[in-house]
Amino acid sequence: MSAPAFVIRNARHWKSGASLELAVADGAIGAVAPRDAAVIDAGGALLAPGLVDLHVHLREPGQAFKETIASGTRAAAAGGFTAVCAMPNTDPVVDSAAWIEWILKRAAESGHCRVHPIGAVTMAQQGERLTPAAALGRAGAVALSDDGRPVMSAAVMRRALEYARHAGLPIIAHEEDLALRGDGQMNEGVTATRLGLPGIPAAAESVMARRDIDLAALTGGRLHLAHLSCAASFDAVRDARQRGLAVSAETCPHYWTLTDETVGDYDTNAKMNPPLRSAADRDAVIAAIREGLVDCFATDHAPHTSEEKRRPFDQAPFGIVGLETAFALTVSFLVRPGHLKLARALELWTEAPRRVMGMPEVRLEPGFPADLVLLDPAREWTVDPDAFHSMGRNSPFAGWRLTGRVLATVCGGRLTHADPAFSAAQAIASAGATA
Amino acid sequence: MRHAQAPTRPAAPGAGIFYRPTDPPDAAPAPGASACRDLLGLEGMSRSEILEILDAAAAYRDRIRAHALPTNELRGVTVCNAFFENSTRTRVSFEIAEQGLGAIHTSFQAGSSSVAKGETLLDTLRVIASMRVDLLVVRHASPGAAAYLARHLEAGVINAGDGAHEHPTQGLLDLMTLRQAWRDGFAGRRVAIVGDIAHSRVARSAAFGLHALGVEVTFAGPATLMPAGIESLGGAVAATVEEAMRGADAVITLRIQRERMEAGLLPSLVEYAHEWGITARRVELMKAGAVVLHPGPMNRGVEITPEVADGPRSVILDQVENGVAIRCAVLKRCAGDLAKAAT
Repeated sequence: MSAPAFVIRNARHWKSGASLELAVADGAIGAVAPRDAAVIDAGGALLAPGLVDLHVHLREPGQAFKETIASGTRAAAAGGFTAVCAMPNTDPVVDSAAWIEWILKRAAESGHCRVHPIGAVTMAQQGERLTPAAALGRAGAVALSDDGRPVMSAAVMRRALEYARHAGLPIIAHEEDLALRGDGQMNEGVTATRLGLPGIPAAAESVMARRDIDLAALTGGRLHLAHLSCAASFDAVRDARQRGLAVSAETCPHYWTLTDETVGDYDTNAKMNPPLRSAADRDAVIAAIREGLVDCFATDHAPHTSEEKRRPFDQAPFGIVGLETAFALTVSFLVRPGHLKLARALELWTEAPRRVMGMPEVRLEPGFPADLVLLDPAREWTVDPDAFHSMGRNSPFAGWRLTGRVLATVCGGRLTHADPAFSAAQAIASAGATA
Repeated sequence: MRHAQAPTRPAAPGAGIFYRPTDPPDAAPAPGASACRDLLGLEGMSRSEILEILDAAAAYRDRIRAHALPTNELRGVTVCNAFFENSTRTRVSFEIAEQGLGAIHTSFQAGSSSVAKGETLLDTLRVIASMRVDLLVVRHASPGAAAYLARHLEAGVINAGDGAHEHPTQGLLDLMTLRQAWRDGFAGRRVAIVGDIAHSRVARSAAFGLHALGVEVTFAGPATLMPAGIESLGGAVAATVEEAMRGADAVITLRIQRERMEAGLLPSLVEYAHEWGITARRVELMKAGAVVLHPGPMNRGVEITPEVADGPRSVILDQVENGVAIRCAVLKRCAGDLAKAAT
């Protein structure tokens, strides 16, 4: 690492709001700045540790037509993220140490943030034979998940939770009963009925959340519930909390922002899995966040090509992109309406996912890695998917006016993103520190 | 206080999704091209628009009866009936209407799987539309398929059934048949819609149309075939078929498909017939002069007894006759200026 040294001045600490000056050298936060260090005047912007997204689909290997590790991590940097966890439902599925190593190598070559691969729970995500969890962990996997598919057999899930304990890896569960989902295309409810689309009941998620919580109790395994979307699932999480189980949960910006009405007249950019739910569920997600039942936020960034999304609704794939709107949706729909303090909201994007995944802390103190983000929580902007760094344009937020902007992102002491309007970043960009 | 908001979509006149959405088609229309309108569904259609079509259809019915077709009202207008699902009566009915109005018309019927050759639905229909097709009559298994095509193609699109979403010409012919049966109008009437509501485009179009005309609707059927929030379509749900039919002015009987048993939604057709079938005894619960409709094809002895299907209250064959007249009126309406230019 030969990233040049620089100093960030006139920033505000993300927690205390206190004025902050911070030196960066050799990829880490330093005690004092070298004499020749470039200076970034943050202009009073908020300085926080880089955001962490533990639920991202980078689509490599095999689906580089949707997204690449390069484009997905570039989008992550633009969203203020310095680390993402890559889901293994690629083509082929990441179920061997070799693919974990391949992703890490590729991320080192072309990534714009740290990439932590997640290995599959079962071979080819078929829900039958367990993957070599220990080998995956040794190669660098930080968790196991069959995301995109549930492990339908309770017996296999039980063994997976037991076996993963030895490898020290959490299991991230995509909670969905496939039989209850059937050929469902969106949330079961008034909109699905009006559109004649088969519905997916909220119970398809919550019955599996309840099953896996009971299996976590049986096995002592470490369980993380991915992208929870409905009231009943959070009832299950509350129950797990009361039982003192090692169960954590995440939700995503679209579940606290949108409802199934967003599908409108078959908008495939409002099609994801789990689906957007009722207004009551949306409110329950917000209440769960306020109550502290949500351990961390995640985007479930799921890029697809415009061609794929431009199909009749029932033929279009599930998923939306999320990295580049995550912070603004957090500010616009949680912080500004008064559901969360900004510092707490940022904690759920920074310290919290690190805790959930057992990743080392990043503090704004000397000796810690310089994984940083400069934020303007008051700046308004309009979402333009054509301006995304992600290859995916599949966002339901196109044209939305949001509040909260990422000004610059620094990962390992290198500038990985600078908003074009944030000219102060030029100080390090011109010093040749861009990654 | 809202700090972030979605841009509001400009409201189309009459709202609903009957009209072509306002975003431009992929290819800009050729200069001077007529603004063809689509018929995508009855949701959002106004009472006066519906009555206008029913009036026009009544005139066509009289002409058909008087053997006063063909006309040359659609001379020079090219219509393609694209059926990606099997259909006999709807397709034949459209073909007779097209022929009767003097349109150039062609039909194809292909399982949705033929598109699985690798060509997408949109590509297939783009190719057809490029053959200077003015109107596409489309049946497809995907809900929203017609609206989707209308958004991407320049040709006018008439929905001949899109999955479980809508079947607007069926809805219109049901309304026409009811109007004929109820000589003194729609006011104060109530219709029972009985059967597989969840999978029925006929139920949805009928419900939207009846709602626009101020007719009360009562749904009845097994809970496994009753979609969530069906009341939002503008109707009440009855616990039994008797409750739905008692005092009703008509019943729309929906077809029960064997697949529902295979999917575990029904224990047996015998049980269905017993609990929900339209029998002579149940017909007697309706008002004097009330009528029985069925979109066809019928499973005699399942959702309707032969006695009722062929009985004095049945207007099922009137529905079929009216189908041609409705399709004449809809084709004429959607062809709009094109037809005028051609005459």
